[in-house]
Amino acid sequence: MSDLFEVTVEDLKHLVSEKALQGETMLLNMGPQHPSTHGVLRLLLELDGETVVNCIPDIGFLHTGIEKNMEAKTYQKAEVMTDRLDYLNTVGNNLAYCMAVEKLLDLDVPPRAQAIRVILVELQRIASHLVWLGTGALDLAAMSVFLYCFREREDILDIFELVSGQRMMTTYIRPGGLWRDVPVEFEKAVRDFIKMFPRRVDEYEALLTRNPLLLDRTLGIGKISAEDALNLGMTGPGLRASGVNWDLRKARPYSGYEQYDFEVPVRTEGDVYARYLVRVQEMRESVKIIEQALNKLPMGPVRSNNRKYVPPPRSEIGVSMEALIHHFKLWTEGFHAPKGYVYSAVESPRGELGVYLESDGGPNPYRIHWRTPSFDNLQALPLMAKGHLIADLVAIIGSIDIVLGDIDR
Amino acid sequence: MEEKLQPIVQKLETTFDTQASEYRGDVTLVIPRERIVEACQMMKALGFELLSALTAVDYWPQENPRFHVIYQFTSVSQNLRLGLRVPVPGVNPTIPSVCHIYRNANWRERELWDMFGIKAEGHPDLRRILMPADWEGHPLRKDYPLGYEEPQFTFNFEEIDLRKPYAKQ
Repeated sequence: MSDLFEVTVEDLKHLVSEKALQGETMLLNMGPQHPSTHGVLRLLLELDGETVVNCIPDIGFLHTGIEKNMEAKTYQKAEVMTDRLDYLNTVGNNLAYCMAVEKLLDLDVPPRAQAIRVILVELQRIASHLVWLGTGALDLAAMSVFLYCFREREDILDIFELVSGQRMMTTYIRPGGLWRDVPVEFEKAVRDFIKMFPRRVDEYEALLTRNPLLLDRTLGIGKISAEDALNLGMTGPGLRASGVNWDLRKARPYSGYEQYDFEVPVRTEGDVYARYLVRVQEMRESVKIIEQALNKLPMGPVRSNNRKYVPPPRSEIGVSMEALIHHFKLWTEGFHAPKGYVYSAVESPRGELGVYLESDGGPNPYRIHWRTPSFDNLQALPLMAKGHLIADLVAIIGSIDIVLGDIDR
Repeated sequence: MEEKLQPIVQKLETTFDTQASEYRGDVTLVIPRERIVEACQMMKALGFELLSALTAVDYWPQENPRFHVIYQFTSVSQNLRLGLRVPVPGVNPTIPSVCHIYRNANWRERELWDMFGIKAEGHPDLRRILMPADWEGHPLRKDYPLGYEEPQFTFNFEEIDLRKPYAKQ
């Protein structure tokens, strides 16, 4: 028997200023159902007129217990849950997970699989940035950009459907390689896209970059210094817009990123506009990476030959008893990973997406922790929002590019 | 081990009288609970600006230590990574808070309390973060069941409703 639980101002008085308790400033609830909070984010705002004095984010509305659920599944089955974390970076989540499992198993991935992984992850980065650009511009009342962005995103989702049969929740990258090789139409589809896309970015820029309305709303808004950003754990475009050149693809290359020639866009202003410029430039760089990876795409297998961890191809199962046994064991019991723990991280569109994976020697992950970039990036919001108008807060939330599925897990 | 990391690890080893372990290239040191604040200050002074991850593992039914709290550091300036682990007993699990050194530890320590019931001492705002504020138990503990909800049909709706917590108010 418990009484209805209620949070009062008394419980939060250590978070708001003295004035709020005396009623001089206003406490306002924003969200969790609010169009500009990009999902189910609730903000408790202390306002002095229209100026934000304090901003207290309240998260957890989308908590689905993915870490706990993954502990109860075998390594292969748990991967399906990774798509559901950050639903705008599904392929990237698969890659982060598979790289952690491969590190734990000490499993090699064939070069062809690595190159296809890079192509897909970079396409996903573009798709994620397109959603950010569209919704971010929509928050600032630019309706048409939203429609253009989603038009191009649709082309990327079509490519995902082509290779995996699924538009969003692909689970195409698997521990040890890929689910299967890409179809023959893949190369043409990607080439068509990267040929068309840079011109489309020019179009967005023509609409936004020098638009006085956008400049008014973004220049000097939501500033954060490099030191504060690092101390608050910010990574990704948000950190790079504050002048820190830190991109895991360059700093600690994985999946063959060291072979590709690309720039890491860095700005020093650290405001909403700088974050906008960094992300738009990143889309152009991603096109460069995709083009190089496609030109160099090696032939060969797309899955590791280690049958203890990676299922054999279908063609072998009919003729080899051993392959059949491996297939059966891998899809019923799963594989036993060696005892130990690893931390592996990739650069997601939002920052450092890290996986802490611990194995006790059994077929399930003993503990898996997702170090999701949005979780730390959102912690910087109160600092960025302080002293700005409530209308600017909307622009700042858009510029952090949070995904609530990524935060709440 | 990366060459640049060796002097840092040696310094930590001698200061905290511990032994570094390496697995698949990840270097980890075990630090006693009382000295984690000192260790974090030292990490910061050694150029590890970013606290990448702060989480825990539950080794239940093992009791002492039941938990390991994991700190994963990144040095952006030197391009290095290093992990610290802190064993925490199962009875009255607490760790000293480090959120005055790394500010993003604030939410991470709240998550630790929420998910594992490990209290961060000296934390300015220790509330639940992901679970509802009136939730009972700490879901990521190993003795916490995954849990199921009974599906309600017309014939047993009220019977099941009575067992649901919200109906008891």
